[in-house]
Formats: sequence, structure tokens, C-alpha cells
Amino acid sequence: MKKILEIKDISKIYQAKNGEIEALKNINLIVYEGELLSIIGPSGCGKSTLLSIIAGLEPKTSGKLYIDGEETTKNSTKIGYMLQKDSLLEWRSIYRNVMFGLEIRHLKTEENKAYVEELLKKYNLYEFKDKYPSQLSGGMRQRVALIRTLAVKPKILLLDEAFSALDYQTRLMVTKDIYKILKNEKITAVMVTHDISESISMSDRIAVLSSRPATLKCIKKIDFNIENRDPLNVRETPEFSKYFDSIWKELDVHA
Amino acid sequence: MHKKNISDDRKKYLRKKYIKKISIVITQISILIAFIAIWEISANKGLIDSFIMSQPSKILKTFINLSSNDLLMHIQVTCNETLIGFLLGTGIGIVIAIILWWSDFFSKVSEPYLVVLNSLPKVALGPVIIIWVGAGTSAIITMAIAISLVVTILDILNGFLETDKEKIKMARTFNCTKFQLLTKIIIPANVSNFINSLKINIGLSMVGVITGEFLVSKAGLRIFNKLWKPGI
Repeated sequence: MKKILEIKDISKIYQAKNGEIEALKNINLIVYEGELLSIIGPSGCGKSTLLSIIAGLEPKTSGKLYIDGEETTKNSTKIGYMLQKDSLLEWRSIYRNVMFGLEIRHLKTEENKAYVEELLKKYNLYEFKDKYPSQLSGGMRQRVALIRTLAVKPKILLLDEAFSALDYQTRLMVTKDIYKILKNEKITAVMVTHDISESISMSDRIAVLSSRPATLKCIKKIDFNIENRDPLNVRETPEFSKYFDSIWKELDVHA
Repeated sequence: MHKKNISDDRKKYLRKKYIKKISIVITQISILIAFIAIWEISANKGLIDSFIMSQPSKILKTFINLSSNDLLMHIQVTCNETLIGFLLGTGIGIVIAIILWWSDFFSKVSEPYLVVLNSLPKVALGPVIIIWVGAGTSAIITMAIAISLVVTILDILNGFLETDKEKIKMARTFNCTKFQLLTKIIIPANVSNFINSLKINIGLSMVGVITGEFLVSKAGLRIFNKLWKPGI
């Protein structure tokens, strides 16, 4: 399988006013084409830091990062990033919101516009393209945010707690929608979450991090014997609770 | 929202909204009329001293008298000065706010100076302004700018710095340049802030112009203070 993302020995030390904080320690990780890998770990362990480093939004202290075979040192255009908040711009229509990334990167070609319109049609948002973000539900807004990210055709998609701002029921529906979109469009994705069930329900593999300074504890392969897998139907399988237990143990949570 | 499919509830709702809007305007106008009427009546009845407080009917008479005395020309002079001071004060203020937003270093350096300048009574600068720019329209406009400029800078910069961090991060994930961040996120996100600032500035410019006219006027509304006698 083709390696899309390779993380080699990445460490991160923050310089703060009252000393140094070691956030990440020698992390090694490979993400293959088309898979969905989640990163899970105790809160405050540095999961989001790792994602920001992959995206080039934050510098790493040491280590190497390869995206699509090339070494990357800063903000790469091969990456799409989805945040917890949809951050739709309320002064722009839905259509102009999804065009935002293309506009910033000066990629508003006819071909890309057609691609965006196709995505909007496929995921039932085309009829809302002239509406404004305040007129849409939370789940729809998150879908719009995903299409905005996919519009620039990233090699790899990063999801940073992308669903945690939604209420529980919406969240289940949105994970299902987004899972379908990712698999349909064959998107390679790395997802950070603190929700064990969510990570099991969506991922092909799960990387478990230790508490700070975060090291890679283990990688679990998630495999369900089920036809048309989606984040809802896997929750009813017996394997689901087994995976849950083993990850719970790995996380070693103390309240 | 097609007209043919309006339900009864919708009609009721729209009607209620319309009535509310109308009642607000009617109340506003009634308050004004009541105020003028009470003023007029209490002056007639001798409840207030019209020599000091004047009286609406006297004001109207004086206004008509003075109209032949180029009142309208003087109103126009004052309005023009206010408008120029307002546009310059707001415009320069926004430009400086953008520069300070751009450079965190200059923003930090200028912070104590802006606070001091803001609390300085600008009227006290009047004589200095006259020496610098001459006793004329330019002194009046400079006064209007002096009064509105620092407030504008502080307000607008504050709005810029408080723009939703998540939106900025989102734009950065698309590798936007600093200029794109300014034009596509910061400025559009602050439109309501600009409008607020405009509302405050038009008043402040007026204060500046009247103050300036006190000091140097050859024309403008302030000139009537020289013609004004109590009680006319």
C-alpha cells in the first residue's frame, strides 16, 4: 500500500515563560492511502499538537515529516484540515463559503468549480448554495465545512475533534455522513478525538498515545465482519465492545 | 417564502411584526411632539423661564428671521466641516488600526501612547493647532480629527484583535497570506464594528467642529453665538 503520510521521530518541546514543556516524544507513524487512522489519548496529551505539526501550523522541535513521499517542513498545500468549529463565514453564501479555499489558493478554475458543484449535489447541499450559514443546521454546516476542505483536493485530511461541538444525535448522523463521503471519495484521513466509541466506529486503525509527554503506546487494527460498514451499524457488533475494552485498558484512565 | 402559500399563522405573524414596527415609529414621533408641546406650554404658563430655557415658538421665529441672515449658508459650512473631519478621522483611524494590527511590535509599542492620547483633553490643544495649521477651516477640521481619531484607532484595533481565532486558523489551514487574512476575514468580520465606530465618530466630529469654530470661526453655526442675545 502507498504511504501518504510518514512521521519519523517527531518531538515537540514548547517554550513557555516559566520553562519548557515536552509535549511529544519520538512519535513514529505511517498512514496508508485510503485509510482512516484515529489518534486517541488522554486529554491534554498533545494529540492536537501532533495534528497541527502535520498541517504545518506549528513547528516541530525535531524529526521528519513526509507527505506523499516528499519531505515537508511547513504549511503544505497537500493537507486539508477540519476543525471542531465549522468556522463558516456568516457574510458569505454557502457556495462562496465552499469556494473559500480555492479562492485563497487562486485555484478557481472551471474544472474545480465543477468539482465543488458535483460535491454539493452529491451530498444534498446544492439547493442550499445561495443560503447563508445561519440558515443551516449544525450537521449541514459541518458537511459544508468538509466540502470546503475537500474542494482543494487534499492528499490527506486531518480532523481535529471535528464533531465534538455537535449534540449527540447530530454527531452520530454527521459521523455517518462524513464517513460515507470519505470512503466514497477515497480520502485518506487522520482523526483526533477523545471519544473512544467514535474512533472505533470510524477508523481502520487507532493509534493510542500516552499522557504527556506523549509517546505512541500502540496501534490497533479495527476490523469488522460486516457488510456496508458504517459508524452506526458497527456499534451493534460484539467486536465493538471488545475493541472498546482493549482501548480503555491501553488509555489507562484515572479520574 | 412564496406568496401563494402563506398560511394564516404566517399572515398573523407578519401582521404582528408590522404592527410592532409601526408602533415603535409612532411612539418615537409622539415622544418628540409631547416634549415640544410640554416645553411650549410650560413656558407660556411661566413654569419655566423662557429667557433662559427659550421656547419652541421663539426658536422657530428666530430661525425664520435668521434665514434671511444666511443661516442656511452657515449650517452648510458647519455640516461640510463635520463631514470632512468625520471622513478623515474615520479613514485615517482605520488605516492606522490596520497598520497596528499588521505589526504586533508597533501595536505593543504604541499602546501606552494611545491610552495617554485618548485621555488627553483635545480641546486644550486648540491654541497649538491654530499655530500649527493656521486660524481657518483647516484648524477646525484638525480639531474634529483630533477628537475622533484616537477613539477610532482603539475601537477598530480592538475589534480586529478580537476576531474569531477559529476563523483565522481555518483561513491559515488554506495557507492564506497575511494580506488575504486582512481582506477576507478580518475586515468583513468587523463590518458591524466599522458601522458602530461611524455612529460614534459623526457625533465626535460635530463636537470637534463646534469647538474649532469657537476658536477661529469666520463662518459656520458658531458665528451666531456672536449675534445671539438671550431670549430672542
